Amino acid sequence: MGDRSVADRLKDFEEVDTGLSPEEAIEEAGRCLQCKKPGCVDGCPVNIDIPAFVALIAKGEFLPAAESIRQQNLLPAICGRVCPQETQCEALCILGKKDTPIRIGQLERFAADQERAKGLTVPARKTATGKRVAVIGSGPAGIVAAGELAKDGHDVVLYESLHAPGGVLTYGIPSFRLPKDVVKAEIDLILAMGVDLRLNHLVGRTVSFEELEGYDAILLGTGAGLPYFMGIPGENLSGVYSANEFLTRVNLMHAERFPEYDTPVAKMSRVVVVGGGNVAMDAARTARRMGAQVNLVYRRREEDLPARAAEVHHAQEEGIEFITCANPIRILGEQVVTGIECIRMQMCNLDESGRPIPEPIDNDTFTLDCDVVIQAIGQGPNPVLVSQIPGLDKGRAGNVVTEEDGRTSHPKIFAAGDVTTGAATVIMAMGGAKQAARSISEMLGSR
Amino acid sequence: MYIIEKSLKLSENVYEIWVNAPHVTRNAKAGQFVIVRTDETGERIPLTISKISGDLVRIIFMAVGKTTHALAAVPAGGAISDIAGPLGCPSEIKKYGTCVLVGGGVGIASTPVIAHALKDAGNRVIGILGARNADLLILEDEMAEICDKLLIATDDGSKGHHGFAADLLKQVISEEKVDAVWIIGPTIMMKVTSNVTREQGIKTFVSLNPIMVDGTGMCGSCRCIVDGKTKFACVDGPEFDAHQVDFDNLMQRQRYYMEHEKEALALWKEHQCTCGGQH
Repeated sequence: MGDRSVADRLKDFEEVDTGLSPEEAIEEAGRCLQCKKPGCVDGCPVNIDIPAFVALIAKGEFLPAAESIRQQNLLPAICGRVCPQETQCEALCILGKKDTPIRIGQLERFAADQERAKGLTVPARKTATGKRVAVIGSGPAGIVAAGELAKDGHDVVLYESLHAPGGVLTYGIPSFRLPKDVVKAEIDLILAMGVDLRLNHLVGRTVSFEELEGYDAILLGTGAGLPYFMGIPGENLSGVYSANEFLTRVNLMHAERFPEYDTPVAKMSRVVVVGGGNVAMDAARTARRMGAQVNLVYRRREEDLPARAAEVHHAQEEGIEFITCANPIRILGEQVVTGIECIRMQMCNLDESGRPIPEPIDNDTFTLDCDVVIQAIGQGPNPVLVSQIPGLDKGRAGNVVTEEDGRTSHPKIFAAGDVTTGAATVIMAMGGAKQAARSISEMLGSR
Repeated sequence: MYIIEKSLKLSENVYEIWVNAPHVTRNAKAGQFVIVRTDETGERIPLTISKISGDLVRIIFMAVGKTTHALAAVPAGGAISDIAGPLGCPSEIKKYGTCVLVGGGVGIASTPVIAHALKDAGNRVIGILGARNADLLILEDEMAEICDKLLIATDDGSKGHHGFAADLLKQVISEEKVDAVWIIGPTIMMKVTSNVTREQGIKTFVSLNPIMVDGTGMCGSCRCIVDGKTKFACVDGPEFDAHQVDFDNLMQRQRYYMEHEKEALALWKEHQCTCGGQH
């Protein structure tokens, strides 16, 4: 099946990748060597028994395959779509050494989609423990932690500041990459386990930290929602968006369907997106679907782009023009954006992570005309709640410092996801959340 | 869903609603706001908390765009999809001595709750209310009850001083020592009025009302320039030092979606006509 044609997909916000057909899935799964010591499992942050579920798919037993994944992963249809498998499970697949690795992500998604089409079964809960746990934030970390804690028999209250659950799965990742009915189905399943979801609650304001202390344990999953801006002149002109704002207007508020939906977004003909990560690709591809011509400006080389290769490929296919080795220095305009001035960058020494450090080339500047600039240069932890918790250890970027088991410096508080790591991946957040939920249950004496 | 328990019209285009929202009222403090979404296709708009009574939060607003018109059209007993809050930092309430609260137009809505808190903290509170004319003046009795002294200005002279609230503020600070001032109203009014206290360096707060989306610090739509630095009004504000705010930038950003707003309102009004006000 695979990707829809570019012409088709630019007309709507429907999913680009149509997934595998049952025949394709069985054939792909049949390639698995069923290694005795499977590398793929080591590459999975939540340790899914990959050979087991792949073997079931190969036999055509799709629902048992999905059930097998669910032992370790409560959000398989989401992870199958947005995990960076190429650097995790698939990177360690032995077949990848000579040929292409098993397409584990596609198979995970296939099994989960088959299961969802048949109707999902609510996972069983252990006997009620009578313990109350507050989970703050209903993004990937919070939703998984809430599910795991509910499974362990605790009373879970899940707080969300927006009017819909899901965090970045809802407001951030566009539907052409992660359809919202998929997100809703997997979240609804966790809520059906008896999780008490409280929308429109910004913890730190709606609920005070003192009130939170009434719970037996607290899990912070507040994510990395604070958008960074570059700090260059012209940044507060109308028409300059953070990627968070732009994506929220479209994904959460449906500005692409204005005026049927009330939230507007700029009418745009030429857009410049700044940044090279997955969020930058999402913003660029969204702007493209709104009918704009899109340039993406990234300060390093194309091979250094932090976005997934598949997303870069999709963006290029869709006609997004990449301008690499360049960095904005000024946004132009009187009231509204009219252009952006950039400077060429040269790659100098390598940094600690092995990436080249970009340095501006003196006087080598150029200007791009545009009516909208979207900055996708990263996000930090939202400080509203964490700044109010006395004695909580935080790192330089404001991230909450945790032990490997999710414990913070406060005895009752655990944390997981981007609030601990800074902006990372959905699956890393889920892995951390599972670990933190296990630690909470151990502390509460139910494991 | 959240029930609107009471809904009334205060003056031309100005409405008062009381929303049942115990999660908001429990911790709400002076100077904070809520984000309201009327229905499933609605936008999220920030509105100031004007008063709290039990589980009810009072919101006073002017019907200017589609969402505020739709909100005004919800009858008592009707419901809205969402109300999130309280949001933003509370007003800096402490004992200053003598405080002046200046409310302009529908901005007067924010003043009683702050006046109350300032009184409770032991301040002498002088209220100055300004409106275009006497009919548009709201909450006069309520403010008269809270404040030690209340002055009125109307642009057309139909009540009180014939002129602007800024004139009365000038008069007050020439007559007595003022320790802190709040100015809440249309952006241009806040800009002009805060110049009155600038020279004497009187601590002056304004409550900014930029365009917001989430109201939780996540998007940066509401960013303002304060003391040359970018601040998010939703979490760093909404109140800032008036003498440090770049009002021109704020006004420019507030105008960005004007064409969209007109289009949405026109469409809404058209729809109101064809269905005989059934929606």
